[in-house]
Amino acid sequence: MPSRWGAVLLLPALLLAYTAAAWGQTPAAAEAVVEQPAPTPTDGLIEASAYDTEAAVPTDADLSTQAANEVDAAPAAPDSLDAGAAGPAATDSIADTDRSTESPATPAELPSASSQARGTDTAHGGAELPKPPSLAAALAKLADPSFNVKEQAAADIAASGDPRAADLLKALLDGELYFRRDDNRIVFAERTADGWALTDALSDEALGNVGRRDARKITINNRMRSALRTNIAALTLASPDPATRLSAAKEMMGDVDDAGISALRGQLAQEDDPQVREAIELALAIAGLEAETLEERKAAVAALGTSLYPEARNALDDLIRTEQDPELLAAAQAARTEIAQRVDNMRRLETLFFGLSLGSVLVLAAIGLAITFGVMGVINMAHGELIMIGAYTTYLVQLAMPNAIDWSLFVAIPAAFIVAGLFGVAIERGVIRFLYGRPLETLLATFGISLILQQLVRTTISAQNVIVENPSWMSGSLQLNPALSLTFNRLYIFVFSLLVFVALLLVLKRTALGLQVRAVSQNRAMARAMGVRSARVDALTFGLGAGIAGVAGVALSQLTNVGPNMGQAYIIDSFMVVVFGGVGNLWGTLVGGLTLGVANKFMEPWTGAVLAKILVLVFIILFIQWRPRGLFPQRGRAAEG
Amino acid sequence: MTLLKGDTGGQVMLGLLLAVAIVVSVLNLAVPEANPLHVSTYTVTLLGKYLTYALLAVAVDLVWGYLGILSLGHGAFFALGGYAMGMYLMRQIGDRGVYGDPILPDFMVFLDWQELPWFWHGFDMFWFAALMVVLVPGALAFVFGWLAFRSRVTGVYLSIITQALTYALMLAFFRNEMGFGGNNGLTDFKDLLGFDLQADSTRVGLFIASAIALALGYLACRWIVTSKLGRVAVAIRDAEARTRFIGYRVDRVKVAIWTFSAMLAGIAGALYVPQVGIINPGEFSPLNSIELVVWVAVGGRATLYGAVVGAVVVNYGKTYFTGAFPEAWLFALGGLFVLVTLFLPKGIAGLFRQLKRRRSGAMAEGAAV
Repeated sequence: MPSRWGAVLLLPALLLAYTAAAWGQTPAAAEAVVEQPAPTPTDGLIEASAYDTEAAVPTDADLSTQAANEVDAAPAAPDSLDAGAAGPAATDSIADTDRSTESPATPAELPSASSQARGTDTAHGGAELPKPPSLAAALAKLADPSFNVKEQAAADIAASGDPRAADLLKALLDGELYFRRDDNRIVFAERTADGWALTDALSDEALGNVGRRDARKITINNRMRSALRTNIAALTLASPDPATRLSAAKEMMGDVDDAGISALRGQLAQEDDPQVREAIELALAIAGLEAETLEERKAAVAALGTSLYPEARNALDDLIRTEQDPELLAAAQAARTEIAQRVDNMRRLETLFFGLSLGSVLVLAAIGLAITFGVMGVINMAHGELIMIGAYTTYLVQLAMPNAIDWSLFVAIPAAFIVAGLFGVAIERGVIRFLYGRPLETLLATFGISLILQQLVRTTISAQNVIVENPSWMSGSLQLNPALSLTFNRLYIFVFSLLVFVALLLVLKRTALGLQVRAVSQNRAMARAMGVRSARVDALTFGLGAGIAGVAGVALSQLTNVGPNMGQAYIIDSFMVVVFGGVGNLWGTLVGGLTLGVANKFMEPWTGAVLAKILVLVFIILFIQWRPRGLFPQRGRAAEG
Repeated sequence: MTLLKGDTGGQVMLGLLLAVAIVVSVLNLAVPEANPLHVSTYTVTLLGKYLTYALLAVAVDLVWGYLGILSLGHGAFFALGGYAMGMYLMRQIGDRGVYGDPILPDFMVFLDWQELPWFWHGFDMFWFAALMVVLVPGALAFVFGWLAFRSRVTGVYLSIITQALTYALMLAFFRNEMGFGGNNGLTDFKDLLGFDLQADSTRVGLFIASAIALALGYLACRWIVTSKLGRVAVAIRDAEARTRFIGYRVDRVKVAIWTFSAMLAGIAGALYVPQVGIINPGEFSPLNSIELVVWVAVGGRATLYGAVVGAVVVNYGKTYFTGAFPEAWLFALGGLFVLVTLFLPKGIAGLFRQLKRRRSGAMAEGAAV
């Protein structure tokens, strides 16, 4: 069956190819944690957009003007997201990051401005400064009203080599430095009821309270601000913390004076963190564009061509706009094209990641269904509500342990498995066992159960969405290189869904229960004749499928809104995955889910989220015509039942 | 009347329908409002809405009860018919809209469209719209059925792809770019064939039209199921492979009945829209389609008249519950799903039959003694 293997091999091969491409381009790529602001609900799950239209649907058309007094609308969904807006927002957010990182747009002017400010001591490239000025003396000059004097003072503070210099400059930049009016002493000031509480800036000695007019803030202008930033960056470049060094190096990109260049060179010589090295080299290359000789400038262009930082692109764009030398211009354009291509590759890689992430969510949601639908031939329309129960279990667990949110998921996973599993067993024992062999009626009955469960949650907990918190280790992202970062929550959920898949596979293939489940699913009568208690197996299988749904709910609670309607959003997609993959085959669910997720995300840039989803649905409808039993059909006698 | 021979339920149902149609119309139009016997226009419209639901349920029963196809997407055909009618009604508004554009409906002016999209042409003529009410759902059903039945997609798979169909249509109609009013759908209708939609007489007229459509639709379905085609359909329902081996073209029978059923659903939708005054993409929601399957299940499938009974009973229950105990409605509906499938597999119609059989059995016993 070549097609079967082809499909199995396709995804890993794609992955490998892309990973290889990524590594080839950034040999120095290393992992670093970049703290991000906590994800807002909307950027938490971009793929929720298409599903959440479900929530926005008015459930009854009786909202008409003519039948206004008829109160016929079902308890409607209050948590409707704006379905249309979420789609475009997804693409916008990428564009936004681009724009914001490119926005510090005037790097070319700044170095000259700051070198003017530095005045004399830049003449020697700052490599060998004469005797460093004393910190105290430099600090005292800050009280001077002239900005030129203050600039000089700031430069001297930076050059003093004193460990407190960076903090002082930062305080100056943030407007936290004051001077006392009677003796021009430089102080930190804190607002009190009728004036200021002063602390000496150098010695941290408390100087008591003074009146409102007795201390004055040291004002700075824009030119000073940019010079200060560069100076601070140069000072923090020597920090022992790689993340601080990295941000310092980034700060100096396109905005560095000769002293900064020498600081960068010095740091580069001893830097052993590859990411910081990369950033420093880039900062040097951008500075190198302004160099005297053509050779140096060419080397700088070549260096820029290997970088994925947006600053490199900006610097090249500026160069292309202004450069006269044809040779350099050609080199810059070639470098720019190369970068563009690699950024495109990164973007494709990112899309692949988003696709796999969406796919893993689909797999998680569908895999429980694959058991109940595939193995038992039972159509469980309440599957989505079992997912919802898992998500609400997470919510309740977090309510019970508000001080240990970081650990809550580890409690929630088994708890959700048990709670949803018990619901599943109850549903099987209470309803489904009377309906075996009547799949269409099971569908209706379980749909009824799903309505009851939804209303149960609305009545007992809330009709509104509830807030499930993300543990701290779920936020942030893995920065593979400047153009590619993977958010941790998606990454973990991808890994988690693979783990669940493997665990389920092991249960079905390696345990006695799994053996019995397979036996019953293949030939119920024969299995019973062999002594398998099929009723018990049914209940346990259904409980297992329901428990997995609950576990999926825990994962989804980290990505999407948790509300009474969340189950409905997933049920249709879950069915699509199972039907597409082939009933009764877990591998089909895995491949089907990941394929649909990736296909969806790759279409989105062209079509938008909603249309991509429609196209996927149409594709599945057509696909079923071609292979009525899905990607991996069951074969042999079991398929006939 | 050979059609209704042996169909006591159908005879009773049609008789009741006739009686209700006449009595309600008279009580609304001829009896003054102060009189306690007066039936409000609101009630008339509500009943008219139930009748269109009943017609839709009959269409579902035709394919589910007699052909064994559980469609979870019949709401899509209903909504398409409704949209076709809605487009006609939108064009009838003319320059009375908020923006006063003589050609473009309000939402298009709002979206700053300059001219009518091509698929809106012709909808200013009633005959064209009426044709589309039948043709659009029919064509969709034909293409869908032709693809699905020829490749022998059956059972659960078919149910799920019908659900995918209506879900995809719902997502599509939510898009403003589709040109069907997006989220808000089509509304704010003024008149139909020159009759003011707010007038009592128009409401009664629509109610009567719904009753007539239901009666005709019922008779047409009845004609199909008593014909040879209907008997082949039942054979397919009970043993598809065997029917095929005997030599019947199963796919053709299925496509024919399926398409007819979709057209019927389209007509129901077209009558529904002017009565409730709005059509929006929510009508495509998979939930609606599943709900209407439950009407049929509650009424009793493969009886046709059971579908009518189920649609009216469940929808009356819905109106009552959502008014009196809004919290309880989903519990009631969900419970209904479970209880009917578990304890009442033949629905209310089955209950009637059982009672009748018991009584005739008792009479037979009495005669024997």
